[in-house]
Amino acid sequence: MLILLCGIVFLHVAALALLFVSTVVSAWAVNPTSSADLWFNCTTINGVNSCQPGDTGVWIQAVQALMILSIIFSFLSLFLFFCQLFTLQKGGRFFLTGAFQVFASLFVMSGAIIYTVMNAEWVPPSESFGFAYILAWVAFPLILISGLIYVILRKRE
Amino acid sequence: MCSVQKLTSTSPQSEAIVVYTGWERHALVGSDVRLSCSFFSWRWTSEDVTFSWSYRPDGAKDSISIFHYTGGAPYVDNKGPFRDRLEFVGNPPRRDGSILIRNLDFSDNGTFTCDAKNPPDIVGRPSSVRLLVFEKIPIQAGVITGAIIGVVLGLLILVVAIYYLMRFLVARRVFDLSVSKHGKKGKGKEAQQRQASVLVDPAKQKAAASEKKKQESRREKK
Repeated sequence: MLILLCGIVFLHVAALALLFVSTVVSAWAVNPTSSADLWFNCTTINGVNSCQPGDTGVWIQAVQALMILSIIFSFLSLFLFFCQLFTLQKGGRFFLTGAFQVFASLFVMSGAIIYTVMNAEWVPPSESFGFAYILAWVAFPLILISGLIYVILRKRE
Repeated sequence: MCSVQKLTSTSPQSEAIVVYTGWERHALVGSDVRLSCSFFSWRWTSEDVTFSWSYRPDGAKDSISIFHYTGGAPYVDNKGPFRDRLEFVGNPPRRDGSILIRNLDFSDNGTFTCDAKNPPDIVGRPSSVRLLVFEKIPIQAGVITGAIIGVVLGLLILVVAIYYLMRFLVARRVFDLSVSKHGKKGKGKEAQQRQASVLVDPAKQKAAASEKKKQESRREKK
């Protein structure tokens, strides 16, 4: 039982960490000389690294908001999990925790989809997707699975 | 040593004047923009106060003078890029040396520098404001992000509040019912019960169901 609990919490925390790294690190669209993420465009010319605030279009702001919201919901879900662990009656399901986690996964999915579809606007064709972008896509199924586990899980002693 | 220094500092000297303009101004093509300039000085505003505006286009190295106020009279540009478009809308006795530029064009992008002097306060740095002319005003960074986050979190809080409110109301109704049931005895009892059960049927069912669940789990535990 303890192993199961540890495993679930580990999965949740790992997915949350992936989400965090993906949102913050500047590697959504990379190039040999420049990298762009949700917040800045950084270029390295002759060894000098310079960052400028990125484009302020509607869609990139929507992606920013969705990623931040998914982090918030995942945090809330972790917090609720520990709350429900102690207050839920035996046999009960962690519905609320699972619901928040599923919402978080939906937000990540929406954010990644919007970035994929609309990136023609702010990423020149010479750039390829960086690892932070891939992390966002990897985090989405992990969070979804974690949420579904919470919904199916029943509390036992 | 100290006393000598003190003597020299009390003789009338010019102190620093601080000029304030905006940092950046955004405007649409064809619109008017008001560039404000004000200053801070320890002395009273003198009659010889002067305001001076100069303009340096984006990418150019030199700046040209476009406005000068001195001796109580404003002198606007009548030969340069702003002829017939520049107007003085400031109030020098109130330390306001603002100018108004009409009918903006993309060629007006650049840096405007205001230099104010309030004799004997003449030591100070001029202050610059950048003018950016747009086809349409771009959305500020972070506005939409904040709006989306705020709306979603607000909805979340609203849903939670409504949920707890419903639970509270249901619990209160069940409590009122049980109180009235035990309070009134006699004929009206049955009729009241039927009425009450029709009114709060779904809520009562829910409460009863949760009660049953709790009892069952207690039995299971044992």
